[in-house]
Amino acid sequence: MRVLVPVKRVLDYNVKPRVKADGSGVDLANVKMSMNPFDEIAVEEAIRLKEKGVVTEIVAVSVGEAKCQETLRTALAMGADRAILVQTDDRVEPLGVAKLLAKIVAEEAPELVILGKQAIDDDNNQTGQMLAGLLGWGQGTFASAVEIADGHAKVTREVDGGLETDDLKLPAIVTTDLRLNEPRYASLPNIMKAKSKPMATKTPADYGVDVAPRLTVTNVVEPPRRSAGVKVADVDELVTKLKALGVAK
Amino acid sequence: MKTLVWVEHDGKAVKDATLSAVTAAAKLGEVHLLVAGQGVDGVAAEAAVIAGVGKVHVADDAAYAHGLAENVAPLVAGLMATHDAFVAPATTTAKNIAPRVAALLDVMQVSDILSVEGADSFTRPIYAGNAIATVKTSDKKLVLTVRTTAFDKASPTGGTGSVEKVASTGDAGLSSFAGAEIAKLERPELTSAKVIVSGGRALQSSENFKTLIEPLADKLGAAVGASRAAVDAGYVPNDYQVGQTGKIVAPEVYIAIGISGAIQHLAGMKDSKTIIAINKDEDAPIFQVADIGLVGDLYKIVPELTDKL
Ligand SMILES: Cc1cc2nc3c(=O)[nH]c(=O)nc-3n(C[C@H](O)[C@H](O)[C@H](O)COP(=O)(O)OP(=O)(O)OC[C@H]3O[C@@H](n4cnc5c(N)ncnc54)[C@H](O)[C@@H]3O)c2cc1C
Repeated sequence: MRVLVPVKRVLDYNVKPRVKADGSGVDLANVKMSMNPFDEIAVEEAIRLKEKGVVTEIVAVSVGEAKCQETLRTALAMGADRAILVQTDDRVEPLGVAKLLAKIVAEEAPELVILGKQAIDDDNNQTGQMLAGLLGWGQGTFASAVEIADGHAKVTREVDGGLETDDLKLPAIVTTDLRLNEPRYASLPNIMKAKSKPMATKTPADYGVDVAPRLTVTNVVEPPRRSAGVKVADVDELVTKLKALGVAK
Repeated sequence: MKTLVWVEHDGKAVKDATLSAVTAAAKLGEVHLLVAGQGVDGVAAEAAVIAGVGKVHVADDAAYAHGLAENVAPLVAGLMATHDAFVAPATTTAKNIAPRVAALLDVMQVSDILSVEGADSFTRPIYAGNAIATVKTSDKKLVLTVRTTAFDKASPTGGTGSVEKVASTGDAGLSSFAGAEIAKLERPELTSAKVIVSGGRALQSSENFKTLIEPLADKLGAAVGASRAAVDAGYVPNDYQVGQTGKIVAPEVYIAIGISGAIQHLAGMKDSKTIIAINKDEDAPIFQVADIGLVGDLYKIVPELTDKL
């Protein structure tokens, strides 16, 4: 079975985002960019399924500027077999990405698409669910465990009250949560090997998809800042404060 | 504008998150509700008296019993023929359903709105809340999820909505519910608690959560939360996680114990009214947002604090 794994290039999670003074967005010039952490978990899950013999081929896909090649190379170095870059310098929203992915699914006929549950830049948490809707497939979102057997995926999901397990008919969509696995680091030999793995470059026009954004970002500002408060010297002083706050008697 | 608000419920009662979504929807126009589930007459009756509510659409069918997105999304998409905006609280149930609805309607969802700036304009957090974006949509229909901590709760009573049954769109045949492990809460729910006591990696074990964090929480009538590190290490279940990718909370008082204050954690709690931090590292980032800080060893401080309360 073939698996499709979409990956997004985002500001590294360790970098503190800086809002541009002109309100146009977050400054991404000369900062470290990495694969969205949830997508790393998605790649890792695909590799583990391949190691178990469930999956035969892993295709990584990224939508974005030319530099997304680096992100795809990372996926290839981790263990993906080949990559597709849908190259565009324009901002593509989850709906546009989902439409592109639906076209790629039609061409590649994967039985499973594993995506991160959200990208840590826009924090939208939409693409997987949208893709499932467009394809008319089942969706196992926020997954902390995935079991594939007999044409079904059993997906344990992290929900507000705890855990829920859903049974999906394949083909299906899975989106990853933090506890699904711990992604591996690519080894040096695998990084070298990844350089010769195939990578196709396409454009949204090749797929005939209109990816024009529906949302206009009119302004981006820093949130109101909290100022540091006081330090208390000991527990007695803390108890006094808690009483003043009315939470302790 | 006619809005359709997703009623979050557990089959028995309306969840508080719904009330915040109602407040957000009321800023756009008329508020209609959707109760989907099985055996939900009681929920519908409760929903109908939420202040300001017009019609309550009730879809009662086994296909909706577990809120499966594959079954619920076509129902919502159908009802959107006569509504202008689908508005849902950003719970895991609605986060699962709403984007599927948006795709069926060919609409770009606006996730996690913090405010309604106009009929087509909203603010929302990006980059773990390190930036707030104002976005304007060009879509004719709206699909919105609502950050519940950003909107006051509508009054749960005083409304005179009318209940109307809607036909089931049936089972899509794509998925089925196979079980759940839902924790039985002995304490207030995280997202509605007035006080939260959260523990981090420094707690070192689930045993220490039980003997240190829980007794303090019980003294304060508080809910228990945790950092990702504590959840990953298995000290507490996943539903305790507060942060960018966990629960968003804004209690009166948030007490962070042995939590460093990574941006991903702050994203989930920095709108708390008062933040108290206990950490042995006086340079821990958590102190930059804490109103009250106590530097020291939690293993000494917490038992003494619990004792003196
Ligand atoms: C994609 C992604 C999503 C994430 N989402 C979330 C999220 O939703 N929520 C979240 O919390 N994190 C999230 N994280 C993780 C986040 O980056 C941090 O790793 C995590 O919050 C750290 O948890 P911590 O503060 O408990 O542990 P640490 O950072 O290890 O901090 C432990 C603290 O305990 C203090 N300490 C140690 N011993 C004692 C003692 N005896 N007494 C007092 N203090 C002591 C230390 O000084 C330190 O400050 C996410 C990360 C990624 C990459």
